Formats: sequence, structure tokens, C-alpha cells
Amino acid sequence: MMNFPIISSLILLPSIGALFLFFINSKNITGIKYVSLFVSIINFLISIYLWLIFDQSSYEFQFVESRVWIKDFINYKVGVDGISILFIILTTFITPLCILSVNSSIKNRLKEFLIAILLMETLMIGVFCSLDLVIFYLFFEGGLIPMFLIIGIWGGERRVYSAFKFFLFTLLGSVLMLIAVISIYWIAGTTDVEELYKLGIDPKYQNLLWLAFFSSFAVKTPMWPVHTWLPDAHVEAPTAGSVLLAAILLKMAGYGFIRFSIGLFPVASEYFVPFIFVISLIAIIYTSLVALMQDDMKKLIAYSSVAHMGFVTLGLFTFTQQGVEGGIFQMISHGIVSAALFFSVGVVYDRTHSRRINDYGGLVNVMPKYSILLMVFTLGSLGLPGTTGFIGEFLILMGTFKKSFLVATIASLGVILGAAYMLWLYKRIVFGELTNQKLLKIIDLNKVELSILTLLALSIIFFGFYPDPFSNTYSVSVENFLNEYNDKLNSYNLQNQ
Amino acid sequence: MINLFFISTEIFLSLSILFLLLIGVFKKKSESFIYNFSCIILLVGLAININLNPQFPIDLFNNSYKIDYFTTLIKSIILISAFLVMLCSLNYVKQNDILKIEYPILILSSILGMLVMVSSNDLIVFYVGLELQSLALYVLAAFKRDNILSSESGLKYFILSALSSGLLLYGCSLIYGFSSSTNFDLIYQNSESIEYGIIFGIVFVLVGLAFKITAVPFHMWAPDVYDGSPTSVTVIFAILPKIAALTVFINFLYGPFLEMFDQWQAVIIFLSIGSMVFGAVAAIGQKKLKRLIAYSSISHMGFALAGLSVGTNEGIQNSIIYLIIYLIMNIAFFCCLFMLKRENQYFDKVEDLSGLSKNHPLLSLSMMIILFSLAGIPPLAGFFAKFYIFTAVIEKSMYFLAIVGLLSTVIAAFYYIRLIKVMYFDEQREKYDLNHSIGLKMILVVSSTIILIYFINPNIINNFVSNITII
Repeated sequence: MMNFPIISSLILLPSIGALFLFFINSKNITGIKYVSLFVSIINFLISIYLWLIFDQSSYEFQFVESRVWIKDFINYKVGVDGISILFIILTTFITPLCILSVNSSIKNRLKEFLIAILLMETLMIGVFCSLDLVIFYLFFEGGLIPMFLIIGIWGGERRVYSAFKFFLFTLLGSVLMLIAVISIYWIAGTTDVEELYKLGIDPKYQNLLWLAFFSSFAVKTPMWPVHTWLPDAHVEAPTAGSVLLAAILLKMAGYGFIRFSIGLFPVASEYFVPFIFVISLIAIIYTSLVALMQDDMKKLIAYSSVAHMGFVTLGLFTFTQQGVEGGIFQMISHGIVSAALFFSVGVVYDRTHSRRINDYGGLVNVMPKYSILLMVFTLGSLGLPGTTGFIGEFLILMGTFKKSFLVATIASLGVILGAAYMLWLYKRIVFGELTNQKLLKIIDLNKVELSILTLLALSIIFFGFYPDPFSNTYSVSVENFLNEYNDKLNSYNLQNQ
Repeated sequence: MINLFFISTEIFLSLSILFLLLIGVFKKKSESFIYNFSCIILLVGLAININLNPQFPIDLFNNSYKIDYFTTLIKSIILISAFLVMLCSLNYVKQNDILKIEYPILILSSILGMLVMVSSNDLIVFYVGLELQSLALYVLAAFKRDNILSSESGLKYFILSALSSGLLLYGCSLIYGFSSSTNFDLIYQNSESIEYGIIFGIVFVLVGLAFKITAVPFHMWAPDVYDGSPTSVTVIFAILPKIAALTVFINFLYGPFLEMFDQWQAVIIFLSIGSMVFGAVAAIGQKKLKRLIAYSSISHMGFALAGLSVGTNEGIQNSIIYLIIYLIMNIAFFCCLFMLKRENQYFDKVEDLSGLSKNHPLLSLSMMIILFSLAGIPPLAGFFAKFYIFTAVIEKSMYFLAIVGLLSTVIAAFYYIRLIKVMYFDEQREKYDLNHSIGLKMILVVSSTIILIYFINPNIINNFVSNITII
């Protein structure tokens, strides 16, 4: 069993499931749902098994598989370390929930929808374990196709506009990264990430390469001012699409920042810290204010995602143990919380077909279970102690205080704003009098919805009180990562003196 | 003693053309027979050609004709794609009343011309091949002679092509005047010092060639001719002459004028950037699929030229890979066009694709794969084609070309995904016919599968070209 290609099977299994679905008669709805659910749950179990046998005391890449792919050029190389494994688990955890949540809201072409979701899972897992820049690019960009279709085919009224915006924005950002990847191949002679870590990249090229990678990750994160595709895409995407987008797709960029921007270009990353801090702060403050003004629930959560991802970039670029760990934790936490929030919006949207906040109010009278769970998610999102949101934000702010008092103070303001828009959203939806007559007949959560939301709520609270399973996994890797970072930076500074 | 064995493909093709002409004249109602028979001739020609498999370069006819691995490979590609094109357009040709005896014979003669062009090592032989190819294509473009658009496109193609041939001949005469030879090898020896006469000559020849591969700014004829010609001829225009002309680009520039690389590189870069950007921008407003594919092929030729502008073996190899993938995608695209028919009427507007995915899920699925691949989205074959080209381009630090090229792919992606939007997001229309020939279906399925799974083992196609050494 030692040489069993466990990572490749994680990547491939959803695709094989999708291929299998392709040959099932599309009228056999239950069969389709069960097959896809079965495949994604198996994948989740494999990833948990991977996590259990993963050696947490080592910072090396583990379960590495390397094969010749394009002769004399690129190797297919995948593997995980303490940072990436958590994102894989997040992906395999969220995907079955997405498939489970698909109900009557996806009326036509259910089979194609599930195929798209499973393909998406393959690509997302691939992003998190690829150890070669070209392989990474393939998975990173390949995600455009299924996501474009998910938004465009099963989306809301303005789905065409949103799908195009999503597609073109991300593509535009990524082509520059492609140029950078090829340039790295010619500068360093390889695109193998592990070797690039060892070799290092000539500092005189780093700034331009960093900017090229940044252009791609900034669009995907999304950072201000290229975040505008996200609210549109979220609003129009079906629930499962929004969840995938918020919970995992955004994390691909954050992960890319750690693995590639910071890992490969330490000198440039140090150089661009003020720049990142400024746009992260703008993202936190500005988008929080914008979120306050929204009257569309999904848009509000979308803007809150931008603000939360602002915290993530802030934390990652502090280059302190707390900041980076906080950034990673915040990404995981946001993956769970935003997924939960979008599921919650999906629940009421399926019943009333409205996302406008003003159409709601007083839901607590008719949907008590829903109101309780939404409370947990709201508190998780605004970072109440005892939820995962708190740990992430707290660590990030701690790391930032080490670097700059001013930046940390401004960022803390963002936490307050976050509380403001989330609590106000909750108040307007749940409390107050039941004015809308349509809401009188609304039914509380059914079993499937209840189990999805409860599972998410439990994980928010559980890992909020007991974050060790996560932090133990990544702490050694992060520590080593920062040591290497500082070593490279010091040797560069020594050379220049 | 000239070893005629090595040109047996050309000899076989010429004899078959004459033979088919005789059959056509003496036997009535032999159109279908001739059409099918010429498909077989192409296959036999391919077998002969593969059988040649020269281990070392062979020069024939006083060094004016060259057979080596590269030319044999290109000839095989031309013969295969000609066979596929004829196979997939069979029903179209029958239903549109253009199945005359001349039709397959003209295609065969144009292919003969291409084979001569590819192997030519002499300006005069090259010109003879080019004209044989073009003259046959003029007639094919106007083949639906009762149709005003088709006649117009034939005439347009003829006049503009004659003009470009004139420029090309003028260039040839300049080169001859300044190097006192028409043979590529002798020109190489005689033109060591850089003379302006020769550079002028090169530029004129390049203009003539750029016209054939529809590179900007010599592309004006393409959309009208593509649109006006019968679709079965458009597919020929989109694929075959481009392979031949691009090969001549390689033979011509990297043969006699290798030393003048610095002089002509700028011309190729200009053609490349112009084609990539213009092709991408101009296609956005198109309402007809054939016009759209015309602009798209302009843009694709820009990428192939980018590979040639690098000046390395890898650049040339990657251009050939690009060409192979391009022709697979284009054949597949035209297969889809041939399937858009209802009661013997063919449709070629963008709006005719509306809601295709609801009525014809498999057709629209393969169309989607083709379009995403044309747009260059990973992990489809079209992405790798571009990836290889830019790998070669960036090796020589030509960042401007790379950035412009990749940005133009983003613009181009817009109109490709617009087609996907029309197919998948819009309201459905009447169903199309399903009674397509097995050949057509097979070609579509196989080519879109190749596009989809190319990434699993890219070496299969790459191995063919990795033996090419031009420089």
C-alpha cells in the first residue's frame, strides 16, 4: 500500500464519477444523485484517511507522486504538506454538501449540473496538491469551464452577464501568470515547485514575476479593485455554485499567495508588503461599507467575502507565525462559514424566490430552527469568540500588530463593521414583525437542509473551541516556510550590503 | 539518374487525376464514383507517402525538389486532412448540387499543387506548385455558380490572389536578380552580404505568402470568400492552403535566408501581432459562423507565425504542433456546421445555434469542447498549442509578442464563449436533422475526443514533430 497513488486517486475519483454519470439516463434522477453523492463521500473519506496518516511533525511534501508528462519539459507532480491538506479536506467536505443541497431548485439538466460539480471538485483538489507550476495552472484555469457553465446555465436572471464577467476577468488575470510560469521555466530551468524552493529565483526578475502572479490571484481572491465580478457571480449562481465559489474557489488564490507568491518570490513579496497592506485595508473597510448598503442578501455576503479575504491577504503578508497561521485558519473558517451562509440564503430563496432583504422580516416566528442556525453562522462570520471566525481574525490581527500598529488598528475597525452589517442583516431577516404575507406559509427546514446546516454549525463551534486539529497540521509547515522565507531574504540582504 | 521513387506520391496523384478525368468524360453519371474514388486515392497516396519514410534528405531534379522527414510529415498531414475534409463534406456536396465530376478532381489537383509547394527547393518550382493549388481553388470557390455570393467570392479570390501572385513573382525576380539563382541552396551561398534588393525580394514574397495564410494586413478577402463559398470549400480554405503556405514560410525563410534572420524577423512579428489582435477584435461583431471562423483562423495563423518568428527549432516544431491541433479543431468545427441542417437546408448563422444543447446535447457538447479549445482554455488541446508557442517565444525574451498574444486570446475568448452562451443559455429552436453520414459523425466524435484527452499524453503528437530539424 505504500506506493498507492492516493493523491492521484483523490483527484481522479470525482472525474471518474462524472464520466459514470455521463452514461446514466438523465431521467433516473435518484440514481444520479446517489451516484454523485456516493462518489463525493468516498472522496471525503479518502481525504480524511489521508489526513490521519499524514505525518504532522514533518514539513516535507508527503505522498509525492512524480511522473514524466511532457517529455523533457514537465513532470506531473503532486503532493501535500501541512498547508495544502486542509484545503483538500475543505474541498471534499463542502462538495458532498453541495450535491446534497441540490433539490427542486435545479429543475432541468440535473445530470449535467452534478457532472459540472464533480469536475469542479477534481480541478479544485488538483489546484491544492499540484507541485508543478504548469500543472497548477492547468487546474487553476480549467475551473473556469465548469464554473462558467454552472453560473450561465443554472443561474438567475442576469446569469449571462455574470458568467461572462466571471470568465473574462479571471482569464485576463491568469494569462499574465501563464507568461510568468513560462518565464520561470526559462530562468530557473524547471517548473517543479520543490526544486524552485531550493534553487530560488534570481531577485532581479522577482518583482515582475510577482506582479504577474499577483494579477491572477488578485482577481481570484478577489482583492479591491478587481473584486467586482464576485458579487455578480454570487448573486446569479445557483446555491451550490455560490457555495463552491465562496468556500473553495476564492481559497485557491489565497493558497496561491502562500505557495507561489510568497514561497517563490520572497524578495518581491517583502518589497510589495505596503502595497498589499493598503489594498487589503481598502478591501476590508470599503467593502464592509458597501456591504452595509446592500439590499440583496447574496450580494451582502459576497461583499463580506471580499472583506474577509482582505483579512487573509493581510495576515499572509505579515510573514509572522501568527499572521500566516491566522490567514490559513481564516480561509478554512471562511470556507465553512460562507458556505453555511449561502446555503441559508438558498433555503429561503427556494421557498420565496426572493433575495431582497426587505421581503423578509420576522422569520423567527415561522422558522425557529432556521433562525437559530443562522444566528450561529452570523456570529461565526463576524468573529465571535467560540467560533472559527474569531480565531482567524484574532491571529491575523496579532500578527499585524507585530508589523504595524496603524494597519492593525484600521483592520480592527473592519471587524466592527463586519459585526454591524452581519447583525443588521440578521435583524432585518429574522427579527421584527412578519409583514410579508407570503412568509406566513413558509415551512421550516426539512431534514436534508437541517442536517447540512447543523453539520456546518457544529463544525464552526467545534473548531472554534478546539482548533488544534487544524493548527497542529499546519504549524510545522508554516514555521519551516517562514524560516526559509527569512533565510532567503537575509541572504539577499547580505549580498546587497 | 533521377530517383523517381521518392516522388511516387506526386506521380500517383497526377496519374489518378488524369485517369479520373477520363472516367468522368466517358462515363455518364459517375460523379459519386469519382468522389468516392478520390477519397480512396488520397488514402493510397497517404500510404505511399508514409512508406517513403526517407532517412536522410534527398534532392531531386538538379536540387530543385527536396524530400526529407519534414516535407514527408507535412505531406502526410495534408493528405490526411484532405481525406477527412472530403469524407465529412460528402452529404453537403450531394445535397447542394455541387457534386460534379470536376469537384473532386479540382480538390485533388489543388492538393497536388500543395505537395509540390511543400517539397519545392526552387523559386520556380515553388511558384508552379502555388499556382496549381490556387487555380484549382479559384474554381472551387465559385463552384456554386448560380449563387451570386459564390461567384462573387470566386472572382474576389481570383483577383486578389492574382495581385498577390504578381507581388510574389516580382519578389522572386528581385531575389533572382540579386543572387543570380532561383535555387534555394544557391541563393543561400550567393547572398552572404546583405543587399537591399534581396530584402525587398523577401518582403514581396512574404506578402504573397501572407495572402495565402490570411495574415493581417492581407486578410481582406478571407471573410467574404469563406462566407460566399460552399461550406465544403470553406473547410478546404480554412485548412489545406494554410498548412502548405506555412510550410513554405519555413522552407523559404529558414532555408536561403537564414542568415538574414534579423531582417525578416520584424516582418513576421508584425504579421503575427496584427493577425492575432485583428482576428480577435474583428470576430466579435460577426453574425455568421463562417465569417466568424474566418476571423478566428486569421487570429490562429497569427499564433502559428509567432512560433516562426522565434528563429529556433523549437519555435518551428511548436508551430507545426499548433497547425496540427488547429486543423483538428477546425475539421471538428466544420463537422458541427455540416450537422446544422434541416430538410436539406444548411444553417450557418450564430442565432441558428440558439438553444442547441436542449435538442442536441451531444452535438453541442462537442461544439463546446471545440470552442473552449479554440479559445485556448486548459486542459483542452488548444491551450497546449498556445502554451508551446509561447514557451518558444518567451525563451527568446520576446515578452511584447507574448503579452499581446495572450491578451488577444482573452478578447478572442469573448466571442467563443458567446457561441457557447447561445447554445447553452438561450431559448431552443426547431430540431435539426439527425440523419448524418457515419463518416461525419465518426470524424466529429474522434476529433473532439482527441481535443479533450490530448492532455493525458501530449507526447503522442509531439513525438511526430520532435524529429524536425530545420536549422
